[in-house]
Amino acid sequence: MPEWKDEIRRRLASLKLAPARESEIVEEISQHLEDRRAELRAGGATEAEAHHALLAELSDGDLLAAELRRVETRVRCEPVVLGATKGHLARDLWHDLRYGIRALYKQRGFTAVAVLALALGIGGSTAIFSLVNGILLRQLPFRQPDQLMWVSLRRSDPGKRPFNLPDFLDFRDQNRSLDGIAAFANWNVTLTDRGDPERLQGLRISANAFQMLGVEAAVGRALVPAEDTPGRQHVVVVSHGLWQRRFGADPRLVGRTLTLNGASYTVVGVLPPQFFFPIREAELAVPLAPDADPWRGVRTSVNFLRALARLKPDVTREQAEADLTAVAGRLRREYPVANGQKLGVTLSPLHEEVVGNVRLALWVLLGAVGTVLLITCVNLANLALVRASARHREMAIRTALGATRRRLIRQLATESLLLAAIGGAAGLLVAAHGIPLLIALGPASLPRTAEVGVDFRVLGFTLGLSLIAGLIFGLAPAWQATRVNLNEELKESGRGSSGGARQGRTRGLLVISEIALSLVLLVGAGLLVKSFLRLQAVRPGFDAQNVLAVRLSLPKARYPDRAAVTAFHDTLRPRLERLPGVEAVGLVSALPLSGTLASIPFTIEGRAAAPDEALVADYRMASSGYFRAMKIPLIAGRGFDGRDTEQAVPVALVSRSLARRYWPDGTPLGAHLRIDDNDRGPRPVEIVGVVGDVTHLSLDGEPSPCIYLPVRQAHEDAVVWLIGNQHWLLRTAVDPLTLQAAVRREIQAVDREAPTSDIRTMDQYLAASVAPRRFNLWLLTVFAGAAMLLAATGLYGVMSHGVAQRRREIGIRMALGARRIDVLRLVIGQGMVLALAGVALGLLGACALTRWMESLLFRVGATDPAIFVSIAALLVLVALLACYVPARRATKVDPMVALRYE
Amino acid sequence: MLHINTRIHDRELKKGSAELLILSLIEKRDRHGYEINKLIESRSGGALRFNVASLYPLLYRLEKRGWIDGRWVEKAGQRRRRYYQLTPDGRKVLATQRTRWRVFVEAINRITGAEPA
Repeated sequence: MPEWKDEIRRRLASLKLAPARESEIVEEISQHLEDRRAELRAGGATEAEAHHALLAELSDGDLLAAELRRVETRVRCEPVVLGATKGHLARDLWHDLRYGIRALYKQRGFTAVAVLALALGIGGSTAIFSLVNGILLRQLPFRQPDQLMWVSLRRSDPGKRPFNLPDFLDFRDQNRSLDGIAAFANWNVTLTDRGDPERLQGLRISANAFQMLGVEAAVGRALVPAEDTPGRQHVVVVSHGLWQRRFGADPRLVGRTLTLNGASYTVVGVLPPQFFFPIREAELAVPLAPDADPWRGVRTSVNFLRALARLKPDVTREQAEADLTAVAGRLRREYPVANGQKLGVTLSPLHEEVVGNVRLALWVLLGAVGTVLLITCVNLANLALVRASARHREMAIRTALGATRRRLIRQLATESLLLAAIGGAAGLLVAAHGIPLLIALGPASLPRTAEVGVDFRVLGFTLGLSLIAGLIFGLAPAWQATRVNLNEELKESGRGSSGGARQGRTRGLLVISEIALSLVLLVGAGLLVKSFLRLQAVRPGFDAQNVLAVRLSLPKARYPDRAAVTAFHDTLRPRLERLPGVEAVGLVSALPLSGTLASIPFTIEGRAAAPDEALVADYRMASSGYFRAMKIPLIAGRGFDGRDTEQAVPVALVSRSLARRYWPDGTPLGAHLRIDDNDRGPRPVEIVGVVGDVTHLSLDGEPSPCIYLPVRQAHEDAVVWLIGNQHWLLRTAVDPLTLQAAVRREIQAVDREAPTSDIRTMDQYLAASVAPRRFNLWLLTVFAGAAMLLAATGLYGVMSHGVAQRRREIGIRMALGARRIDVLRLVIGQGMVLALAGVALGLLGACALTRWMESLLFRVGATDPAIFVSIAALLVLVALLACYVPARRATKVDPMVALRYE
Repeated sequence: MLHINTRIHDRELKKGSAELLILSLIEKRDRHGYEINKLIESRSGGALRFNVASLYPLLYRLEKRGWIDGRWVEKAGQRRRRYYQLTPDGRKVLATQRTRWRVFVEAINRITGAEPA
């Protein structure tokens, strides 16, 4: 029989058939010959005769080869010989790929777990990176954005101060370093188009702003500089969002007339979707038209303008700052009273202004999610190492057949990369769904979210990440698996224990690094959690529970003065108070923690102000009910009451911090302040009471000094503000949100056209004010939790594998008299050595890394010992658990069984 | 009407008939190469027999044309063998070839039998 095969093979050799096909033909024909031989022998032929006859039949000239040549196809190239030294790159790759696919398919369980883990790791990283990319890395959607600066006035107190109109015009006309400067101011708009009146946030902006930024409208055109001239300023551009939301993306909107605050404005354009106003909530903009502004010539008028500028091409930021500060100096000399405290001008890059707040948090999150991916890869590497030990024999055989180590590593690396590529593709899917989710869950203050998405940079990132991931979890096992000792390996049949010590060491190192990495993440998350708890424990100075806040603005045309506004108040207040469940009703000009800044300069009568010491305090107009509704305590004196009428002596309440700062030993009651809340110059008010401090800006800031004036005594010049910004507060005995409809109804009953823009509870304002922190915290905690689980799984896996491999040893130990507790101690002890090494390494890493996130923390040190200790303890505990399960299994080893099986 | 091409020579004729023989033998049931050869030999009373060197190339050719389909079949206690079965295409070809042969043979018979010597 075998000799027939050789005979046939010899005849087929010239055909160069594919090996598989050739052996098929050989098998079939040799079988035929064998049957025929048996037949001949049964018919009486001798062995020699039969052989001779068959040989003749087979030979028959060169018939077989000749006939087959017409039927069979040759293989074009040499068949692939595994481990051939001279490889052909593309063919080898193709071969490796096919082999890889088969190998992955054969290990479906492993493949599924790996792809899932990679998809989550790569997907999460890609999603966070797309945030980083869209928000931090991508240039602002303006022409040459590096030259755009945010311009603010510098005074002796820290902070970036706005300009007033005369100042702005002087800076605009007298600077020599700017290619353009544009000012803008908040503009509260009531849109009475078709449908309900709607309150919108708008902007008055220098009409040259769009040309300066280099922004083209998506539909129609942007504002042009000429529209700043009086008589031409009744035009408006709307944001893409407003266009879609309110006008159904109707292209015919351009050219139409809108009624804004009772006046007609022609829509000239719709801005592009990625455009955002410098005040992010703004949805439309009209020209600033400085020459038509009544404040035009008033040097002492309110500072309400913020400004953007573009540097001239060769001018640096420092040069421009010096130039503008020189202008400020001239103005100070010219108008010592009005400009005495305006010391200079600060420029900061616009990009920094826009994203500065979120930069650190985003990088920290990217680092965290990257770490999770790294731990995932380490875990997969561990898993692959276990697989590799199972494939040791396969490698040995291939080496025996002549495969070089490089060739084998390439084969294994191809498998890993293939796995990583599948994981990466799945990860991209995860990211595509994760990005909108992240943005939806993210705080409203997250800038530039319209620009976040998957672009080439994100795709490149994912590709690179997948490659790196594949290499990380592929190379170590490949290295290990191919360190083959042929002799050992082929001699033993499948014990698979050779190289165990070495492999064990590699796996141990991997586990140590996993634990260390997850400890760093956990410490980071722990610090954020502690900060957040500290922040939640901050008393904002008012009681936010069961308070409904209603934002209201009145049509300016029908409420021109203080009398009209107070009349409205006097009608609405009793109606609201009569609603069932309402305990107190108050009114204030700006809510705490709503992001509104309102402050005024003041002096104390009878005290000489130091020339450079600007006294500035927060400033609120409030009704007497405000303090009751918010439960802001009265500390001294009296609150506002019926005595404080328009005709009475103007009075004020001050916050405790203001009283403490300026009257550290005495009482402020009876003292007079001169407050600068109008353009006719400071006016005196008498302090009649002291109330508790309120954190107006943010919970993590110190409560700032505040002056409260009664609504009834608000200066006519300040009433403008109150017409557009009234916050009614209702303290309720029931769930405040159940009163929404009733409140709207009462307001409509008093004035049909008064739009209510916002009804929320104070709890919601409180939650919104910590939303960015909550977002960071939430994501980092999820990542850290995932990291801990992965590390625990990794440790568990290594210990389980170790126990399985050492069954024999454990069996012998037990046969020699080791008790269960000894075995338990042995296994757990080994696991804990790894865990403790990881924890120690992680603590060092955390010490080095957490100080980078110091500015994300609140009243917690970057190396807070309590957090470090408790996180370390937590990890040790988890590690103990991860070791205990395999250790218990080890104690169940039956010496008889273990020894017999081996 | 069957046109006789003068260039059809012996070999083509033999090959055409050999194809017909193989297709008919596996029409009812699958058979392996040796069995096919054996049947041709026994049913022709020893007059016809294939040489291995020509049988298998022919089988592969039919398989390549998609008329027959070879499959390895393992049976308990035996070596695996390659069994051939008729494909639907093969069935159509068999029907056509059968008709042609019948026409051809009848034609030959009419000519050779009509003029007895």
